[in-house]
Amino acid sequence: MSNNMKYLTGPFSANNPVIVQILGICSALAVTVQLKPAIVMALSVTVVTAFSNLVMSLLRNGVPARIRIIVQLVVIAALVILVDQVLKAYVYEISKQLSVYVGLIITNCIVMGRVEAFALGNKPWASFLDGIGNGLGYGLILVIVAFFRELFGSGSLLGFRIIPESWYMTEGGFYSNCGLMLFPPMALIIVGCIIWVHRSRNKDLQEK
Amino acid sequence: MESLNIFIRSIFIDNMVFAFFFGMCSYIAVSKSVKTALGLGAAVTFVMVMTVPLNYLLYEYILRPGALHAWIPAVPESVDLNFLSFIVFIATIAAFVQLVEMIVEKFSPTLYSQLGIFLPLIAVNCAIMGGSLFMQQKVDAGELDTLWQSIVYGLGSGLGWWLAIVMMAAIREKTTYSHIPAALKGPGIAFIITGLMGIAFMIFSGIQF
Repeated sequence: MSNNMKYLTGPFSANNPVIVQILGICSALAVTVQLKPAIVMALSVTVVTAFSNLVMSLLRNGVPARIRIIVQLVVIAALVILVDQVLKAYVYEISKQLSVYVGLIITNCIVMGRVEAFALGNKPWASFLDGIGNGLGYGLILVIVAFFRELFGSGSLLGFRIIPESWYMTEGGFYSNCGLMLFPPMALIIVGCIIWVHRSRNKDLQEK
Repeated sequence: MESLNIFIRSIFIDNMVFAFFFGMCSYIAVSKSVKTALGLGAAVTFVMVMTVPLNYLLYEYILRPGALHAWIPAVPESVDLNFLSFIVFIATIAAFVQLVEMIVEKFSPTLYSQLGIFLPLIAVNCAIMGGSLFMQQKVDAGELDTLWQSIVYGLGSGLGWWLAIVMMAAIREKTTYSHIPAALKGPGIAFIITGLMGIAFMIFSGIQF
């Protein structure tokens, strides 16, 4: 039981896929301009990671090592197509915002990385939990980045206004949004700062 | 002129790394020395130049809504295989990478041992899948409508990625001599440098011929 808990909660901080394993940055950061698409993306990745881990763990003894990459890609691509169709059916607006990034979950290194590193050598239930843990660990970073970018970039959270209208310069106030937050480079700088804070609190992760 | 525009755009303005964060995993992991960065960049550019046009042909003649009807009149016009594009694109890329690996192994064992670890990495490099997905989006938007333009787009995107990883490797080689706070060493500073380079690259936006 304690082992299973470790698989589930380890990726939240000590073994976080984004800031410790440096995986899955590719398709992640561009969806963090606002909080809502970031949450949808995090859930999609969690579902795909969990189920691809489960399926590959069930298949792990039947797949020859030479062709395993292709088999993994087919399993992952099939899951991503399912997720994409569901998103298109139920949250069409957000699916439009996410555009190509849903398709890029296929090549998201977290999914492949966890299948390669964990699911091929472990039992299905443990792999499933590991997938959920890593998906949520990834989502955590996405939500933190999106929180700062939406709050400072457009003054709202999840579309609700946080900074009062009357503060803005156009209304005679003193405040103005930081437009730079909406540009892609800021996402990288915020992740850099998250890594900085995280590693200064966890000294064992620092590089010598 | 249109092709030149696509070329310049894909290298500088829509740079795979600085504008879309594609291929970040190998970008951070392999940018420790200029030499390996050059090797991986060349391999990615080559695979991209080949797979984007291949996927363009598949999309234009098979997957697009109504594409089959255009050359096989027996197929009804309402057939839409668009939902298959993810799996078809990734299959093309994986098969192509496998093919390149086998050819290189057969004809140039020295190059094979040099590239060894990079070759399988390329199949899951998001920059390559991203190139094909953006190609699909551009075809739908009518910005890219010939095979030649898709080749130019693949080449430009590959070169943009190559440029980014080599620049990054050069900067990281220099930073080994700098005093960086212990907690920022490694990936932390790499992210911040990439962010600053991205801000510098924003200067190119709006260039057109």
